[in-house]
Amino acid sequence: MIRAFRILAANPLSLIGFILVVLIVFAAVFAPWIAPYPTHNGAVVDFLNNNRPPSAQNWMGTDLVGRDIFSRILYAYQISLGLGLVVLAIAPPVGTIVGLLAGYMGGWVETILMRLVDVFLSIPPLVLAIAMMGVLEPTLTNAMLAVTVMWWPWYARLVYSIARSEREEGYVLAAEVIGASSFHIAFREILPNCLPAILTKMTLDMGFVIIIASSLSFLGLGVQPPTPDLGSMVAEGARYLPDSWWLTVFPGLAILLVVFGFNLLGDGLREILGVDE
Amino acid sequence: MSPVLRLLLRRLGISFVVLIGVSMLIFAIARIIPGDPARIALGPNATAEQVERIRAEMHLDEPIPVQYGFFLRDLARGDLGTSLYTNRPVTTDIAQFLPATLELVFLAGLIMVAVGLPLGILAARYRGRWPDHLVRVLSLLTVSAPSFVWAVILMLIFAYYLPFFPIAGRIKDIYEIERVTGFMTIDTALAGNWPAFWNAWHHLVLPAVALSLSGIGQAARLTRANMVETYEKPYIEMAQAYGFFPSRIARTYAFKPSIIPSLTIIGLDFAAMLGNAFLVEAVFAWPGLSRYGVAVILRKDLNAIMGTVLIIAITFLIVNIIVDLLIAFLNPRIRHSTRASA
Repeated sequence: MIRAFRILAANPLSLIGFILVVLIVFAAVFAPWIAPYPTHNGAVVDFLNNNRPPSAQNWMGTDLVGRDIFSRILYAYQISLGLGLVVLAIAPPVGTIVGLLAGYMGGWVETILMRLVDVFLSIPPLVLAIAMMGVLEPTLTNAMLAVTVMWWPWYARLVYSIARSEREEGYVLAAEVIGASSFHIAFREILPNCLPAILTKMTLDMGFVIIIASSLSFLGLGVQPPTPDLGSMVAEGARYLPDSWWLTVFPGLAILLVVFGFNLLGDGLREILGVDE
Repeated sequence: MSPVLRLLLRRLGISFVVLIGVSMLIFAIARIIPGDPARIALGPNATAEQVERIRAEMHLDEPIPVQYGFFLRDLARGDLGTSLYTNRPVTTDIAQFLPATLELVFLAGLIMVAVGLPLGILAARYRGRWPDHLVRVLSLLTVSAPSFVWAVILMLIFAYYLPFFPIAGRIKDIYEIERVTGFMTIDTALAGNWPAFWNAWHHLVLPAVALSLSGIGQAARLTRANMVETYEKPYIEMAQAYGFFPSRIARTYAFKPSIIPSLTIIGLDFAAMLGNAFLVEAVFAWPGLSRYGVAVILRKDLNAIMGTVLIIAITFLIVNIIVDLLIAFLNPRIRHSTRASA
C-alpha cells in the first residue's frame, strides 16, 4: 500500500489523476455543503438571474431558469459517479464469472458463452445502450441497466483470455493432480491472477462509463430534468451557442476533468500492477 | 485454396452465427418494451380497430418463438418492416440516411489512422523523452471526453469565433445535387459541380475531426505500446549496429510488425464511431442515421429501431471481416501458411 503510493507519487501524471479523482469525489459527496446554491439541484426558478455569464456570485454563470451552474455540476457529479459505481459493482463480477467458466472449463461451455459474448460485442457499445433506452423509460435505474448490459462482455473477454492461458500453467495442473475441485481452481487459483487486470480496467472504465452515461443523457435518453446531469446540460446549452457559451462549456469541461482524472489514475495503476495494455 | 480465402470463408461462417445471435438479441430488446407495442406506436388517440390491425400486422398475438420466426423470415427477404414514423419501409429510410453517416465515419476513420499512427511512431521512437510524454498526455486527453463535447468545443472555436467552417448541415441549400450514391462528396463530383464539391468537403471536415479525436488518442497509444515492445527485439539492435538511420528503423523495422496487433483495436474504434456518430450528428445537425434513430426511438417505433441497430451491427461485422483480411494479408505468417490458423 505504502509502496503503491510511493510509485504513484513518483509519477507526476498519476499523482495529478489521483488528486483530481479525490477532489471530485469529495466535492460530489459533500455537494450539499460545498455548493453555493444547494437548492439548485431541483426545479428551482429564479428568472431575475437567468442566463447570466460567470461572475463573483455565480462562478460558472446561471442557466436559462437562473440556477447556479457550478452548484448543478457538483450535483451532476453525484449522479455520474453513482451510476459508474453501480455499473462497476455489477458488470465486472458477472463478466468475470462468465470469463472464468469459459476459460477454465473449455469445451461446449466455452463455445456457447464466448459466442454469446461475441454477439454482445458485435453491436457498437453506445448503440446497444441507445437501443435499450429506446424501448425502456428514460430513468436513472434504466440507464444503469442499459450500461451494465453492454459492459459485462468486456470483462468476460478479458478474464477469458487470461484464464485460458493460465489453464496450462504448472500451478493449475498441480492443483488438478491433488484433486482440487473445478470451483476451487477457477476461483481460488486462477481468479487471483486476473485481479490486477480487472482492477486496472475498472479504474479506466469508471471514466468510460461516465462518458457513455452522459452520451445517453445528451441524446435525451438518460436522466431526465430537473435532475442535473452533465450530458443533458450540454445538450440544453448547445442551442444557445455561441452567446451563452457557459451553459455548455463548463458542463463539458466537467466531464473532461473527471474522466481525465480516472484515466491518469488508471494509467498509473497499470504501471504499478504491471498490467499489459 | 489460398490461406486468405480460407480465412475469409471461416470468418463469414462465424459472422453468420453471430448475426443470428444479434437478431435474437435485437428481437429480445424489442420485446422487453413495457406495455403493448402497437398501442405505444399508435399513441393514445388510436381506435381499438387500428390497434388490432397493427397487432395483426406485427404478429403480436402469436407466441414469442413464432414472432421471432416471422421476424427472421422477413429479414431473410430483406424486409425490415414499415416505419410507423415515416410510413415508409425501414430499408428505404435507412438507405436514405446511412450514406451521410458512413461518409462521416469513413473520413473520421481515415483521420484517425493518418494522425494516430504517426503520433504513436513518434512517441515510440523518442520513448521516455518529451515527445513521448506529450503524446501520452494528448492521447489521454482526447479519450477523456465524449465526442459531443469535442464537437461543441470545435464548433465554438472554428465555426463561431474563427468562422473557418460552416456550423451545420452537409452542403449549402443553393446547390441542388442529384442523388446517385448518397455520398455528397461523390455525388457532387459525379455532377461535375466543383463549387458544390468543395462546399461538401468544407461541411464534412469539422464533424469528422470531432468524431476522430478519441480514436486518434487510442490509435497513438496502442501503436506506441506495441512498437516499444518491438524495439526490444534483437533484430532492431542488429539494424542499429548496421548503422541504419533511426527514422528508417522506426518506419520499416519497428512499425511494420507492430501495426498488426493494433489493427484489431483500430477496427473496434472504427466501429465505436458508428455509435459516436449519433452524438456528433446531433451537434452539427448532420442529416444522418442519428437524427432518424433518435426520432424513431422517441416515438417507440419498434421496426425502425430494430432495423437501425441491425444495419449498424452488420456494418460492424463487415468492418471486422475487412480488418481480419487486412491482417491476414499483412502478416506473412498467415499469408503463406499452409494450414488454417487464427
